Amino acid sequence: MTIMTDPPRESFRLSMLLNDTRYRSITFQAIALLALIVAIAYLANNLFTNLAAQGLNISYGFLGDPAGYDINQRLIEYDSQSSNARAALVGILNTLLVAFLACIMATVFGVIAGVLRLSNNWLVSKLMSFYVEIFRNIPVLIWIIIIFTIMTAVMPAPRAFRGDEPEATMLLGAFAFTNRGIYIPAPIWGPGSMVVVATFIASVVGVFAYRRYAKNLLYQTGRLLPMGWPSLAIFFVPTIVMFFIMGRPIGLDIPELGGFNFRGGIQIGAPLIALWFALSIYTGAFIAENVRAGIQAVSKGQTEAASALGLHPGRVMNLVVLPQALRVIIPPLISHYLNITKNSSLAIAVGYADITATLGGITLNQTGRAIECVLLLMLFYLVISLSISAIMNVYNKTVTLKER
Amino acid sequence: MKKSVLLGALTIAGLAAGAAAAGTLDDVKARGTLNCGVTTGLVGFAAPNADGEWNGFDVAVCRAVAAAVLGDATAVEFVPTTGKTRFTALASGEIDMLARNTTWTFSRDVDLKFTFVGINYYDGQGFMVPKSLGVTSAKELDGATVCIQTGTTTELNLADFFRANNISYEPVPIETNAEGQQQYLAGACDTYTTDASGLAATRASFENPSDHVLLPEIISKEPLGPLVRHGDDEWGDVVRWTLNALITAEELGVTSANVSEMATGSNNPEVKRLLGTEGTLGEMLGLDADWAMRAIASQGNYGEIFAKNIGEDTPIALSRGLNAQWTNGGLIYSPPFR
Repeated sequence: MTIMTDPPRESFRLSMLLNDTRYRSITFQAIALLALIVAIAYLANNLFTNLAAQGLNISYGFLGDPAGYDINQRLIEYDSQSSNARAALVGILNTLLVAFLACIMATVFGVIAGVLRLSNNWLVSKLMSFYVEIFRNIPVLIWIIIIFTIMTAVMPAPRAFRGDEPEATMLLGAFAFTNRGIYIPAPIWGPGSMVVVATFIASVVGVFAYRRYAKNLLYQTGRLLPMGWPSLAIFFVPTIVMFFIMGRPIGLDIPELGGFNFRGGIQIGAPLIALWFALSIYTGAFIAENVRAGIQAVSKGQTEAASALGLHPGRVMNLVVLPQALRVIIPPLISHYLNITKNSSLAIAVGYADITATLGGITLNQTGRAIECVLLLMLFYLVISLSISAIMNVYNKTVTLKER
Repeated sequence: MKKSVLLGALTIAGLAAGAAAAGTLDDVKARGTLNCGVTTGLVGFAAPNADGEWNGFDVAVCRAVAAAVLGDATAVEFVPTTGKTRFTALASGEIDMLARNTTWTFSRDVDLKFTFVGINYYDGQGFMVPKSLGVTSAKELDGATVCIQTGTTTELNLADFFRANNISYEPVPIETNAEGQQQYLAGACDTYTTDASGLAATRASFENPSDHVLLPEIISKEPLGPLVRHGDDEWGDVVRWTLNALITAEELGVTSANVSEMATGSNNPEVKRLLGTEGTLGEMLGLDADWAMRAIASQGNYGEIFAKNIGEDTPIALSRGLNAQWTNGGLIYSPPFR
């Protein structure tokens, strides 16, 4: 019998950093990190030396100066005397607006196309695969420009609406489709209008409360209350009644041709529409593939089992397939939302005033503060992307398969 | 897209540590070509012709500098720049000089650290409208949609003009002149505003130029000229005096046709100094004695360049106006060659 003894503990030698597998990987990582730090420090030092040599400095003082230029699409008050910081804020809001709208619309397009692509109808499924392949394989910038060019070339200019026999007329006398954008009526909030709005919100809450009550009643007593028409009634009737009781406080500001353009109403500019539509239809094609992949990832046995239990096809999809498909769909969906947000920086191609166009375009140019502006832009996109990612990850957690 | 251009330019600015510090003149000589920033295309000022050769009023300045420095007017690498990319391109050293109808302003000179070497065109901002609109004055443009190139002084002038007159407008920002032209013709904007010379050049390329009018108001001063980076005065002098040589040549009656004759036959000492048969002006600049002669021989004098590219006999049909020689009541005036 032999007695196992521990090998004598060797004292640490420098050569062990390379020869000993326990330390080797750490050694290499440390070297790589050091090299990276040196490289970055070299570049930064180089930058600052060159800036100093040209007599330039890094300063954010320009943000407080008047911007001096005007912006066509804005969600907040802004004029040419506002500061560069406010111009940047206008740009940020515009970026968020188009990203938000495009994310919603892309999801709608994507889900519809993805589900229809699995349709048994040959024509429908082929049409959808045609859509996916066409839109996915042509760069989004080209789609933005194509859609914008078609809009400006095909739609009538506002002056076509003028005269006794105009070439173009307004839809229902309230909607004008021009090559500068779409003009729609805007609500005018008179006194007492808040009561109507409050009633509306209360009835929305009421709809949910009723449906919940009906569901509980069904589970507890087995009595089935009608869902459809009472929901509709709760949704519409109180608001309409309150609207008349308060003496019709909400009016409509209908756009009218005045001077060179339509005045009044809400203008949705052509650049916003082109960008919104192009981003949604392009990203929608990618999302369609995700949705298809997600649905196909759910084993066929699940569908068959659900059918065997007597569920009809709509319920199979809603209650069995989609909840399981979502955990496959959500993670790539996050990256498509990030792509939409980042691709919205192509806005300048059609003159939409997003953050890249205001802070990274006009402000950068008029002040010449390239480094400062680009750093701010990078920071903004980083923050936005990380926030979207964080929110979507929280949502992802709620739909992942709960394993018990 | 634009972001990557900027980042690329920044990286180049960071990496090209020595390049900016060394003399641009030596760099150009060593390279054998001149990198000259021009517009992306404005007929008459800088645009490639059917054979892909760049031509125009600003291009002639680039070629004259190349002829003076390198002895070859074709040794120019033209770098098309937009209103937004031009200054980054120059500051980063991607181009040696910028001849792109760029307005000389205080902040560009002082804050952006560029040196404007002179003025080759005295311009002002105007408005173009379709005749059918029935507008006769820019002050009637209340509520109009205006196409405007971003990153230009005209963008700021526009805001100031409408503000000062207490009228409103809707800006449509565009990147290039071609884009502005397309939007304007499609009726996406009521009026297009830029330098009056640019408007005339743009209108000349329309199918029916007579359907469009330039409004009488000139709302700003736009002195246009070539520029170089701050801090390299030797190179700045070369570009400045090449431009001045073209201007002086017109004043003294030296043309591309008679330049070699004048070099030997003229009794005017200033002509002799200009053309290098007397004095050592070329040597002082770090060039040879024939530098100005080559520039004039290849491109013609200022008047010839003007007449050939944008003058009254061209489709652009600009009259000399402010851009006549000072001897004819204009503002074109070169310091003496002495």
